[in-house]
This record gives sequence, C-alpha cells and structure tokens, in this order.
Amino acid sequence: MNVIELQRVSVRYRTHGAKGLKEFVIRGLRGQRQHEWFASLSEIDLTIRAGESVGIIGNNGAGKSTLLRVAAGIIQPSEGVAISRGAITPLIELGTGFEGELTGHENIFFNGALLGKTRGEILSRIDEIVSFAALDGFIDEPLRTYSTGMVARLAISIATAIDTETVLLDEILAVGDASFREKCHARMRSFIERGLTVVLVSHDVDVIEQLCVRAIWLEHGRIVADGPAREVIARYQRARATSPV
Amino acid sequence: MPDFRSVPVRRNVGGRPLGLAQELRDLVAHRFLLHQLVWRDLTVRYRRSYLGFLWTMMHPLLMMLIFVVVFSRAFRFPTPHYETYFLSEYIAWMFFSQTTVNAMVSVAWNGPLMKRVFVPKTIFPISSTLAGLVNFSLSLLVLVVIMAIVGAPIHAAILFLPVSLAILGIFTLGASLALCALAVYFVDVREMYQAALPAVFYLTPVVYPIDIVPEIFRPVIKLNPMIYLLEIVRDPIYYGILPSPLTLTISIVLSLGMLTIGWIVYRHLAPRFHSQF
Ligand SMILES: Nc1ncnc2c1ncn2[C@@H]1O[C@H](COP(=O)(O)OP(=O)(O)OP(=O)(O)O)[C@@H](O)[C@H]1O
Ligand SMILES: [Mg+2]
Repeated sequence: MNVIELQRVSVRYRTHGAKGLKEFVIRGLRGQRQHEWFASLSEIDLTIRAGESVGIIGNNGAGKSTLLRVAAGIIQPSEGVAISRGAITPLIELGTGFEGELTGHENIFFNGALLGKTRGEILSRIDEIVSFAALDGFIDEPLRTYSTGMVARLAISIATAIDTETVLLDEILAVGDASFREKCHARMRSFIERGLTVVLVSHDVDVIEQLCVRAIWLEHGRIVADGPAREVIARYQRARATSPV
Repeated sequence: MPDFRSVPVRRNVGGRPLGLAQELRDLVAHRFLLHQLVWRDLTVRYRRSYLGFLWTMMHPLLMMLIFVVVFSRAFRFPTPHYETYFLSEYIAWMFFSQTTVNAMVSVAWNGPLMKRVFVPKTIFPISSTLAGLVNFSLSLLVLVVIMAIVGAPIHAAILFLPVSLAILGIFTLGASLALCALAVYFVDVREMYQAALPAVFYLTPVVYPIDIVPEIFRPVIKLNPMIYLLEIVRDPIYYGILPSPLTLTISIVLSLGMLTIGWIVYRHLAPRFHSQF
C-alpha cells in the first residue's frame, strides 16, 4: 500500500515575471520574454509505503519543502503525477493560518477547519490539544500575546492530535523548548509504532537518525540518495565535510 | 493500523486545470472552514472595537444619508421617496463592489496559507461572497426600517428579494473568481478595478432617475449589465412589483454567464497560484 507516489514529478516556479498587467502588456508589445522558469524539483520518482518513517535532508533551497507540498497535494506538479492515499496532515511553516485577534481556543477551531475537520471532530479532541500544548492560562488569551514558541506548540498540538494516516513535518520540531521537543519526539515514535506514516524534513540529522528508518537526500531538486537512514546520513555528512557549503 | 479502505485517493496530474466535481467535493469536506471564514470576515475586523456590528451597519447608513441629502435636496429629482429609490440600488451596488474587492484582498491575503495546507482554491471568493450577502441582508433590513420611518410604502413584493439576492450573488461570485485569479498574477489589477468602479457607478442610474438621461443616450446606458442586476432589487422594494420577465431573464443569463466565465478563468489559473506567493 503506497500512501505517496510521485511519478516523474517536476515543480517549476515562474521567476522574473511582470509585476503588473501594465508591464505584462508592455513586455508583450515589445516581444520581450514574459518570465523565466526555476525548477524546484526535477523528475522526481518516489514511493512511500504505509507505515514508513522517512527523513528528508538537503541544503537550503534543495526542494525539501516543495517535495512535502506536492506529496500532500497542496501544490500541483508542473509535470508528472502526484498520488496520495488517505488522510494527510501537513505541518509546513508555522505561523500562517493563525489569527492574532482570536484566542488560542478559537484558533484551534480555525486551524482544525483548515485541516479539513468539522466542528464535532475538533470538539472531541479539544481537551487533548489544550493539555498537550500546555499553555496554562493563555489558551483563552488572544494569540498576539503568545511567544513564537507558544504559537508553535499550539500548531503542533493541533496537527498531531487530529485523526490522520500520514504526517508531513517540515523543520518544526526544533521550535519548541527542550521539554516540548521531547514530548513531540515521543509522539512521533508512538505514531510510527501505531503504523502511521511519518515524513520529516530536518537539518538535524540526529533527529532523523533517531526517528526514521529511511532517509532521502535532495540536492538542487533531485534525489541524490535514498536508502537506510544511517547510510544516507553518513554519505551526506561525508559530502559536506569534503565540500563545505 | 489505519484503515485505508474508506480513504480517498487524490491524483494531481501536472498542468491540469481544476475539476468541477473534485472542487465541489473538497468544498463539502471543508464546509466548517467555509463557515469559519465567513464568520471571521464578519467579526474579526471589528474585534477590538466594541461597536463591532454596529459600525458595519452605521457606515452604509451614513453614506446613504449624505447621498440622499445632497442629491434629493441639491438636484431636486421629481422622484417621490427618493431615499428609497436611491438606497435600494445603492445597497445592491455596495454589495457588488465591496464583495469583489474583498474577494481579491482575501485571496492575496490567504496566499501563504494555500502553500501550507490543502484548501479548495475557490473557498476564499465563495466566503467573501457569502459574508457580503449577510451584510447585504442586514443593510436591507436597515432600509426597511428607514422606509417605515419616512412612511414609504412597503409592498408584499419584497418577499421576492431572496431570488434577487441569489441572482446578484451568483453574478458577484463569477466576477470575483475572474478578478481574483487575475489579481494574483498582476498586482495592479485591484488598483485599476477600484479606479474603474466609480465610473461604472455613475453610468448606472442609481443616483439619478433614468428619465433625466437624454433619449439618445439611453440605449448606450442599457448596455451596462449592472442596470438589470440592480433593477431586480429596486423593483420589489421601490415600485412594489416583480421584475419584468425580460429583465429577470436578462439578469439570470448575465449571472450564469459571469459564473461560467469566472470559473473557466479561475480553474486554469488557480493550479499555478503557488508560484505567485
Ligand atoms: N514562489 C517561488 N518562486 C520562485 N522560486 C521559488 C518559490 N518558492 C520556492 N522557490 C525556490 O524553490 C527552491 C526550493 O525551495 P524549498 O522551499 O523547497 O527549499 P527547502 O529545501 O525547503 O529549503 P530550506 O532548507 O531552506 O527550507 C528554492 O531555490 C526556492 O528559491
Ligand atoms: Mg524548507
């Protein structure tokens, strides 16, 4: 059973495009090029099976976040086919989707809704979310009074509390403090034990080595290595040692 | 072990436009989000001021008073109950113009969100339109109160208004879809549109009765689609009659046509929105 299948997937972004309609028309009249392409992912073939725990590593701009986005169906590939099965919960870039004027409690409902949940589903989990986030008295205060780490705790609590089959995490376990991080790692381990699929992007290779069986090394939008986490990480670190970026 | 038999498969094929059936399924699945977006539209903006909803209603009311005093006193149109004549269409016009602009702002504002979680791409123009319809209905209630105070006759024909609102709502949604899609790609679309709106407003007989337009210009004025869409709101309120079958047909065709155009533009441009955010 494959939860994620990418078949020759490329994602290209337009760059240097016209800012406005006026510029677009002027460029068109002058016969100038309208935009250039930047390939964020090039012809990726990848299969992730149910129950796997996969770590994704690579330098800044390698295409890791883009890979999670196509895998979750958030963005459409420019070419190729992206197939996903089952409920996928992506946790990419914290902070967006939160409303500073709403309380933590109200934001739980809004974020649950963003993840495609209904009021009833969120209500049945609300106590668990609130207790995992451990925000004490702040849960009924407006979100603008929270620290960055507190917002992160709330976001992670929501995303990991709702029923799902696949969790995609982009570099977010690092935001909380040490005790919250340990709680998150424990939750990830319990996900993996329960047979959920976990895909984790991190620059902290130790975390990946602890949590993931398989690792994928991305560079310039292509897969450089894909295999047992320990081996891929060792290759990645050797390459970094010989040519420091 | 998770149960995969009941779960949906999502196939994202490169370069393919949005599909109508899939979009509708996604909207149904995200109905609670739609509810939350509409509620947020209606309340969050005013959260910090306790006047809240009151201001939402006061603003159009003040605008109305200014227009009514200036136009009915300064120009002395021979229209009985000029305030009802003017306000019935002005409220409808405000709904159209504010909703289309709000929809463009909403899509631009929520762009980063669309890169973080999966949301049906049409949900933002739809929620703006629904929130606009709520405000529109509230303004109509205010208008009925004003009519009662000044002694303008209130007719049973106002029971037809939900149909008028639906037709104008569909037209507005169609226009919003097209405008939003363009505004994502070109930052100046919203500015140009906002600059053009007042011109269209004064070309539409909202403020002045159409009889004061010289005979030869009337056919030109009648090319403006807004005339028919506003007329179906004014007829039941001011004249106390149902819109003529011709006006009704024209406005239904216009609104369904606009929705089709808007959807076609949106479904082709939305799959590549992420490149702009
Ligand atoms: N909207 C956009 N327009 C143009 N290029 C983009 C856009 N979004 C991302 N890119 C490019 O795509 C490439 C991959 O980005 P991505 O966010 O996937 O990198 P990443 O591997 O997650 O990096 P990091 O480790 O810094 O998070 C980058 O070079 C980035 O500049
Ligand atoms: Mg990233």
